Amino acid sequence: MKAFKDAGHLFRLASVFLVGGVLFLALRGFLVPRSFGQYGHYRGNAIKETAALPISYAGHQVCESCHADILEVKSKGVHKRVACEACHGPLAKHADDPASIQPAKLDTAVLCVRCHEANLAKPKSFPQVVSAEHSGGAPCDTCHQPHSPAIVAVAGASQ
Amino acid sequence: MNMTRRQLLILLPAAAVAWKSILAGTPEASPNYTMTEHWWGMLVDITKCIGCGSCVRACQMENQVTDGYFRTWVERYHVSDYDIENPKVDSPDGGKNGFPPAAVSDGKNFFVPKMCNHCADSPCTQVCPVGATFVSPDGVVLVDQKYCLGCRYCVQACPYGCRFVDPKKETAQKCTLCYHRITKGLTTACCENCPTGARQLADLKNPNDPIHEFLRTHAVQVLKPYLATRSKLFYNGLDGSVR
Repeated sequence: MKAFKDAGHLFRLASVFLVGGVLFLALRGFLVPRSFGQYGHYRGNAIKETAALPISYAGHQVCESCHADILEVKSKGVHKRVACEACHGPLAKHADDPASIQPAKLDTAVLCVRCHEANLAKPKSFPQVVSAEHSGGAPCDTCHQPHSPAIVAVAGASQ
Repeated sequence: MNMTRRQLLILLPAAAVAWKSILAGTPEASPNYTMTEHWWGMLVDITKCIGCGSCVRACQMENQVTDGYFRTWVERYHVSDYDIENPKVDSPDGGKNGFPPAAVSDGKNFFVPKMCNHCADSPCTQVCPVGATFVSPDGVVLVDQKYCLGCRYCVQACPYGCRFVDPKKETAQKCTLCYHRITKGLTTACCENCPTGARQLADLKNPNDPIHEFLRTHAVQVLKPYLATRSKLFYNGLDGSVR
């Protein structure tokens, strides 16, 4: 028993460690978010928070559910795969509340050249014009209808 | 209302499910979405890109990206026949408003859209000291905006320059692959608005996704393959000069 005669300081040290350990575990439980480590070394809820962000672009399927007439015209022209909001801009709010939120009128002089202004880096097969020479300053929709831009169709309709 | 016993028995479980979703409080953002069923990536077809900047504008609007910073951007390459190792690259305002006519007409010119490569072995997530950035179970590299300290380790670590620290929020920002859209069955804002179909969202775990056929039949490359980041941003028609 002589070896344990002065064991008091050992017990004191052990109790300090014990209290420290309990304090550490308590603090850890309090400070580490509950979803941390759910999928890996990160907060699992961060995934849900990212997924819950608001949408600005409704997607062309939503547009087409109301504007079937435009879809009909568009599906016959070369712009059939161009999504509505690529030109009209983000309109999820309009889709949620069509009556009070109306999209702005578009300016073809700005819009068309974004894609169709001639540039050496564009693929050769893509239709391009030098707008200043092509129309002599007239807006694009004088001749082309953006939803189905081929001129033949328009000329045929007006005859 | 007349209802047979059979109809009631069919209706009961449906009612139970509905009641459960009410009890759950805030409805989950995407109830029909199971993370383990997807493995997201993207296909970029350089031969189709016209440098219109629709993707850049769409990304900025969809994700409220601070002006002057980009989660996706378009670069224009000019490669001279006599110096193919040293291309001249420009990207005025990220290509948001298109590109001015080229100054020189010789050599080769093309556009390269860039964004987060959503690497499966991403260098950026490995360096985060607090576990604020990670690869999600469906293969999307995300940032926990509440956990990020803004220490910029990840900005340094990304070999593709796809991250930045937002000057207002002081947190790391990057492409989320429009996680709020793809989990609801929509495509990303950039893919939705690409007029030529140069960008296509790809789900590698979906056997019916056209990406599989495309990868089998085309010479597809990723950026900096020697870094072994297992990038999931696949480029068709990628020139060797692209960095």
